[in-house]
Amino acid sequence: MTVMLETIALEKRFGGLVATSNVALKVEKGARHALIGPNGAGKTTLINLLTGVLRPTAGRILLDERDITSLKPHSRVKLGIARTFQINQLFAELTPIETVALAVSERLGCGKNWWRIVGRPSQVTDEVVKILENFRLVDVMNERTAILPYGKQRLLEIAVAVASAPRVLLLDEPAAGVPEDERHMILDIVARLPGDVTVLLIEHDMDLVFQFAKWISVLVNGVLFVEGSPEAIARDERVRQVYLGETGHG
Amino acid sequence: MSQQPPGEEIARRLVARASWQPLEVLFWAAALASIYVLPGRHLILTEIAILGLFALSLDLILGYAGIVSLGQAAFFGFGAYAAGLLAKYDLVTEPLLALIVSGVAAALVGFVTSFLVLRGSDLTRIMVTLGVALVLREIANRYAWLTGGADGLQGVEIKPLFGLYRFDMFGHTAFCYALGVLIVLFLLARRIVHSPFGLSLQSIKGNPVRAAAVGIPVNGRLVAIYTIAAGYAGVAGALLTQTTAFTSLSVLDFERSADLLLVLIIGGTGYLYGGLIGAILFKLMQDYLAALTPQYWPFWIGLLLVAIVLIGRERIMSWTKPIRALARRLDWRRSTTAVAVEGQRP
Repeated sequence: MTVMLETIALEKRFGGLVATSNVALKVEKGARHALIGPNGAGKTTLINLLTGVLRPTAGRILLDERDITSLKPHSRVKLGIARTFQINQLFAELTPIETVALAVSERLGCGKNWWRIVGRPSQVTDEVVKILENFRLVDVMNERTAILPYGKQRLLEIAVAVASAPRVLLLDEPAAGVPEDERHMILDIVARLPGDVTVLLIEHDMDLVFQFAKWISVLVNGVLFVEGSPEAIARDERVRQVYLGETGHG
Repeated sequence: MSQQPPGEEIARRLVARASWQPLEVLFWAAALASIYVLPGRHLILTEIAILGLFALSLDLILGYAGIVSLGQAAFFGFGAYAAGLLAKYDLVTEPLLALIVSGVAAALVGFVTSFLVLRGSDLTRIMVTLGVALVLREIANRYAWLTGGADGLQGVEIKPLFGLYRFDMFGHTAFCYALGVLIVLFLLARRIVHSPFGLSLQSIKGNPVRAAAVGIPVNGRLVAIYTIAAGYAGVAGALLTQTTAFTSLSVLDFERSADLLLVLIIGGTGYLYGGLIGAILFKLMQDYLAALTPQYWPFWIGLLLVAIVLIGRERIMSWTKPIRALARRLDWRRSTTAVAVEGQRP
């Protein structure tokens, strides 16, 4: 298997705090890879490093063997890395139609076009329709995002990332805060992501992790603690101690 | 609505964002009618058109991209002096051509200074834009041999428009010229804000972090719109010089930037007409109140501002709801689309 996303000795310090320490992560092409770890383990910091929101103190990041360490966030999106956010980062005043049309236009390279109306060429509209239908957003597509129910906002959060047609999709706790009766929608969406998309999932919800992941990396205190198949991780005594045990009574 | 095929509904919704509303048509019809209906008021109407264009430039960056500026007068003033100097030294004698040159020159200044507003919060941007305007004003003051300094730029003579239409003392030519320029630049702005580029600006205003995460080069887009807006402001300034055949340091004054923000707040941001409506209200009030109480007119403007903020724009907008509802009922296209949609249903 080819490696799609790789970090080499990645390190991030905030003053004296080491948030990411010597992380060598390899995510294979088409992977269903989960990144777990207790609170404060540095999972979101790692996502921020991978997407370019933060600059690493040391180390390198490779996407499909290309060094992307110094690239800006938007350039990484163009190369095929998309992410969702743990806390919704949406456009409160735009509707789902506009939000998805925005991401699709940008991907199709007409985002800087200042002369045409949004939605022409019709290729944009076709894509928007497909995504809104896939993510069950058609019924709320003309509402302002600010007033959507939380579950729908969460779906839109993932829909926007998928609209940039990523090769690598980083999902930062997609089910966080979603009420129990709406969680199946999120699980369903995650399960139905196209097989050629490489997915790295950060999640606290162990049901989701073990249902989804074929490979699991455990991050503790900024260090890659252990990696393995879900079965191996479930059996691993050290993981139980630092992580699973903790959620067991939490 | 949900029974309709979503594809058509979505395509229709996306295109409908940019469709002309009946009230818009009415607005521009009234503007054009004023050429014939109000021939005695062309001087103040010219001022209104220029202020409206200037406010439009601020709306492009504030209402769409979320850049707060207290220094838009920098570009207005630069355009004003550029037009004045071009005419005074006979560099470009045809007014429309000189207007374009002045606008491009102001846009260049906007481009260079745009990099200063990329970073920082709203407060930083207010200070930086204010600072740029102050610096430019002092430069104009210092180089009096070129700008005339505190006495203003004397000896500006504006040649006839297209070599045909002389600028008369009643402002007839001036108003037609200013209104024409305003309409052309408004149409361009309207096109811009409904394009994917315009939508990306709105997304940057709403959430720059997410905008970058969907692949939008945030800084590049901000530089672009700041440059365009500076060009608009420069054209407005040049229009003022050309229609009055004079310019002075007041075009670079802080008050000009502050009044502009006032105009836009009175009219509302982010729908393009705010600056125009604000300019009409501001100028008419100024005109009426100044005649009533020459010294105290800013008192009433201030009172209005406080009232707008306290009552809230949404409530004021809701008072005009019946008018807008009526306009919608009179919209000839709506009835035809409704029939077309009805016909497509299985």
